[in-house]
Amino acid sequence: MTIASSSPPSRLPLSGGEGARTKPSTDRGSGGSSGGDGRLAAVFIAPALVGFVVFLLWPTLRGIYLSFTRFNLLTPAEWVGLANYDRMIHDPIFWESLKVTVEYVVINIGVQTVSALAIAVLLQRLTQSAVLRGIVLTPYLMSNVVAGLVWLWILDNQLGIGNEIIAGLGFDRIPFLADETWAIPTIALINVWRHVGYTALLLFAGLMAIPNDMYEAAKVDGASEWRMFWRITMPLLRPVLAVVLIMTVIGSFQVFDTVAVTTAGGPANATNVLQFYIYQSAFGRFQFGYASAMSVALLVVLSAITVLQYRLTRAGQTDLG
Amino acid sequence: MAAVTTTTTTRVRPTGRRPLSPGRILAWTAMGAIVLVTLLPFYWILRTALSTNSGLAAHASDPLPVNPTGTGFARALGLESTKDAIAQGGAGGGLKFWRYLLNSVIVSTLVTVCQIFFSAMAAYAFARLRWRGRDKVFALFLAGLMVPTIFTLLPNFVLIKELGLIDNLLGIALPTMFMTPFAVFFLRQFFMNVPREVEEAALLDGAGKVRIFFRVLLPMASTPVLTLAVLTYITSWNDYFWPLMVSYSDNSRVLTVALAIFRAQTPQSGVDWSGLMAATLIAALPMLVLFGFFARRIVSTISFTGIK
Repeated sequence: MTIASSSPPSRLPLSGGEGARTKPSTDRGSGGSSGGDGRLAAVFIAPALVGFVVFLLWPTLRGIYLSFTRFNLLTPAEWVGLANYDRMIHDPIFWESLKVTVEYVVINIGVQTVSALAIAVLLQRLTQSAVLRGIVLTPYLMSNVVAGLVWLWILDNQLGIGNEIIAGLGFDRIPFLADETWAIPTIALINVWRHVGYTALLLFAGLMAIPNDMYEAAKVDGASEWRMFWRITMPLLRPVLAVVLIMTVIGSFQVFDTVAVTTAGGPANATNVLQFYIYQSAFGRFQFGYASAMSVALLVVLSAITVLQYRLTRAGQTDLG
Repeated sequence: MAAVTTTTTTRVRPTGRRPLSPGRILAWTAMGAIVLVTLLPFYWILRTALSTNSGLAAHASDPLPVNPTGTGFARALGLESTKDAIAQGGAGGGLKFWRYLLNSVIVSTLVTVCQIFFSAMAAYAFARLRWRGRDKVFALFLAGLMVPTIFTLLPNFVLIKELGLIDNLLGIALPTMFMTPFAVFFLRQFFMNVPREVEEAALLDGAGKVRIFFRVLLPMASTPVLTLAVLTYITSWNDYFWPLMVSYSDNSRVLTVALAIFRAQTPQSGVDWSGLMAATLIAALPMLVLFGFFARRIVSTISFTGIK
């Protein structure tokens, strides 16, 4: 959570710059008020707490509970112990969809992180134009559905401009979303198009924390941009990069929208990502218990990845200062 | 660019005066390619939406709209008779994008206004009020950040069904209407950084804590609140999975769901690309306009918005 707290709200109409620098104490010393603010706090916290308990805490516990039941929405849930998990372990479609999801995440995150880093560095070292930052962010304003549909059209086998260009260059048309080997990489890249700008801006924010003097000093020593990138930018950006990576990987594992509007899991289950399979099990076959068990599996995978990545990248630490 | 540099420390660099080295030419070329890939799909939506379906089939690679017309938009908005629509390669199904547009506006507005307001209240209680168990409750909220939203969707669907709010706009809005852990966390962080002196001055003037929240802290937080609100609005507007679960009919259908249905209703003659792209534009345009208004502030505050 380092990014959120890193820069102070410097554009506030505070009484001069000095006030902003005094570190506020946590809760003591708020003048002459007597005792606690229990009653007032109860009123202020109530709506959020209700929302938290009813729509986040309770569903989380219930989701775990449902994974041990047989439940079709119409009759009450019936406890079946580990039956759903047993079934999951022996379900080849589950393993296949897990494999497809991992394949998607690897391509999506790999391409997206490298491109976002490149864009962020260009925005830092080449130009700091706010207009360009705005342009880069525009695809993020579209829904996954819109992004999916636009690229479905551009990559259409018969009439899509993408394939027109490929054919115009003398190559064979590529059935991007209708071919078993192409479909997952294509969906992964469509989502890169939508998310890369936002990711780049997060990294850009991290880059702004690196003192410009470092680059100036390195330049005096005759270092090239390439060398500065590896010796200054990368080491100092690492903590931010780690947090962004954890966020984007978790988001990437939840892919659903793009698959639902472009391929609907096909061809031949080639894009049947885990979230899509979960949706199908719940709303196609009304196996809410089994769907919940797979959701729990996804939750476990995501938690494990978070812990692992945090350890590997030493996310909490910074080399700066 | 002064407005931007104020947020991001002073880093004005004399870019213009540098000679164009081969490296810089290469870098600018890369930047140009990135801008092109980013923006061309938007042009292609417009070009397709203004073309006729027969024109698209005959001149697939024409960079300009083929036989420019507004019939794609007319079909998307349900303004054409079924017969006309089918004749032009549409599905003729009764899709009413005005209705879906309104539904999307209602849901996103409800979610944004309530969520930000309630989250700000909670954030204030966490940052500035003294009460027993405060740190424990806050730790619980922080733990909530770790639960992926997608995990709560199935049980939330069951809950909304039990509440009898399936196929109801309120049912779509409800789960995110009260708070998100992120919004609470983000705003608390902001309130913590506001110097005590500001409130103490107001206290001396005899203002109560409620008054301080509404008259002092909330106005001070206008920039982060605005950024958070715009991002929340966009997220809510673009949400597909949750409304897909909850809505079954025009009563509660939002734009994202309607678009997917439009796409699924492929007519005999093939996909109605012109109508579909027109509908896509209708769904996307409000967010582009919204962003256009606040772009400068959002782009420069995203640095400390950070995690979403």
